[in-house]
Amino acid sequence: MKQYVIIGNGVAAAGCIEGIRSADSESRIVVISEEKHPVYCRPLISYYLEGKTDLQKMKYRRDDYYEKMGCEVLYGKKAVKIDKDAKTVILEDGPAIPYDAVCVAAGSAPFVPPLAGLESVKNKFSFMTIDDTLALEAAVTPDSSVLIIGAGLIGLKCAEGLKERVADITVCDLADRVLSSILDTECASMMQKHLEQNGIRFLLGDSAERFEGNTAFMKSGRTVSFDVLVLAVGVRANTTLVSDAGGQVNRGILVSEHMETTIPDVYAAGDCTEGEDISFGQKRVLAILPNAYMQGQCAGVNMAGGEAAFDKAIPMNSIGFFGMHAMTAGSYFGENEGGALYEEKTENTLKRLFTRNGLLTGFILIGHTDRAGIYTALIREKTPLDAVNFELLKKNTTLAAFSRESRINKLGGAV
Amino acid sequence: MKRIYVNEQWCLGCHLCEYNCAFANSGETNMAKALKGKPIFPRIRVDGDESINFAVSCRHCKEPLCVKSCISGALSSKDGAICIDHNKCVGCLTCILVCPYGALSQGEHGAVQKCELCLENSCGEPACVKGCPNRAIVYEER
Ligand SMILES: Cc1cc2nc3c(=O)[nH]c(=O)nc-3n(C[C@H](O)[C@H](O)[C@H](O)COP(=O)(O)OP(=O)(O)OC[C@H]3O[C@@H](n4cnc5c(N)ncnc54)[C@H](O)[C@@H]3O)c2cc1C
Ligand code: SF4
Ligand code: SF4
Repeated sequence: MKQYVIIGNGVAAAGCIEGIRSADSESRIVVISEEKHPVYCRPLISYYLEGKTDLQKMKYRRDDYYEKMGCEVLYGKKAVKIDKDAKTVILEDGPAIPYDAVCVAAGSAPFVPPLAGLESVKNKFSFMTIDDTLALEAAVTPDSSVLIIGAGLIGLKCAEGLKERVADITVCDLADRVLSSILDTECASMMQKHLEQNGIRFLLGDSAERFEGNTAFMKSGRTVSFDVLVLAVGVRANTTLVSDAGGQVNRGILVSEHMETTIPDVYAAGDCTEGEDISFGQKRVLAILPNAYMQGQCAGVNMAGGEAAFDKAIPMNSIGFFGMHAMTAGSYFGENEGGALYEEKTENTLKRLFTRNGLLTGFILIGHTDRAGIYTALIREKTPLDAVNFELLKKNTTLAAFSRESRINKLGGAV
Repeated sequence: MKRIYVNEQWCLGCHLCEYNCAFANSGETNMAKALKGKPIFPRIRVDGDESINFAVSCRHCKEPLCVKSCISGALSSKDGAICIDHNKCVGCLTCILVCPYGALSQGEHGAVQKCELCLENSCGEPACVKGCPNRAIVYEER
């Protein structure tokens, strides 16, 4: 009987557990969980603040999950070292846990820039975990002014979650637009307008330089006073367990399509990794939940001696704010990079399809989100556009645009 | 496992399956009361163009991308049938972003809905298949 160890207890870990159990129902699984909670849906923390879910519904799996999966979970324990020669994982409080294969599913940590005077701010929070969320919830009142640093996904989701619970919210970001990692300028300004109409105030191209108590002094010279500060500048992949053990890391732990690191019997999955983004043709950190699950599952199968590859990773996001949904996927190549653009827009909707070398490489959709997975599949499967009726598909996500043969396969054949 | 399969050459494009689906999932016992004069939200949709029609519903994939991608754990496999827990779903639409068949849609109140093979309602077998006049959709083992 083998012993598998998983470091971290998020969605990547759940995928790993399920991957292992699909190939090995016997061996021991030990999960090391720094957070004192069973696996939960991290993206739901803002929905919790909004009252759209609760702590029970946020659980990713049922209450008897670990028992049914035959896992031992060490709650509140932190792994500090992988000893690759002894094949053990060493915990902060001492014990060494032996492994036949280990998966690092350690996620990422909030990046807090060194800002002068930050220590003088009493009510400051990150927005990554249930514990952060409960602490933030306890600190806000209907009279609070909230300053959020960072207009990325996490900062904006936090703003949406808090909106009805506080007096006012200001979001600042050094970037000149919201969601700068996934939206281009025009789409970002549509989203920003919508957020502003819903009462969120923005200071873009500007950020806090220093703090004195509850006052932020901005780069522009402005001052902002607040009661509660949320730091959502960015996240960094937790890579040190692998780099300290001599494994290769870049911005994330480098993994193969089998989720192997460069150290034998050490695998990695989820937000802590950098895998191949096939829409871009390069390794990238893809910090999204679907990726975490699929990488974890792939790692698990391989750890247990099965064979799995995850070679279809692309960035993709479906995000909504106050009823407006934006979907993005893949990579957007400009004309100077050989890309071409198809576009449809109205005042409140937008569709941008990016193509290059006869393939769909990415899209941005605001409003028109019906059946968007048909587009995503074209990117993921690298379907040559000359094999489908792309003129029809541009206008409409319809399976009529596929050849009869491929459609009969899809709808009448094996799945 | 039994699944719903499409014989597209036999589909008349009559949309009856859509009505039967919406009725089966309405919880009502009278079809007119359930559907008359209201927009309907079926979980099967007749797709096609001028030359061909075919009804599309969930394939109940063996490796379901929707389940693996759902941010709330609302989608799961019950003995191979892919089901949704409406109570858990937060309406983020990630599942719509990933399903290659376009088989999920937003329902009446924005929440996502999908075919559950009529296992979760009182029909017991897919109402769309039962009511198809030309056997253009079938429920069988393949
Ligand atoms: C507010 C917010 C909204 C989001 N919204 C979306 C969304 O809409 N769609 C989407 O796709 N993604 C979203 N994400 C991202 C998504 O949550 C992550 O991609 C996903 O949770 C990654 O899972 P993971 O298992 O890799 O890492 P994590 O969920 O971060 O889990 C890693 C776990 O490992 C633990 N850990 C770390 N180091 C150690 C150690 N040394 N020893 C023991 N334990 C350790 C950590 O405590 C943590 O619990 C969102 C994230 C946030 C914060
Ligand atoms: S909803 Fe789509 S991805 Fe999910 S099981 Fe059905 S066909 Fe497959
Ligand atoms: S819309 Fe609902 S079912 Fe679909 S991914 Fe989001 S939470 Fe899951």
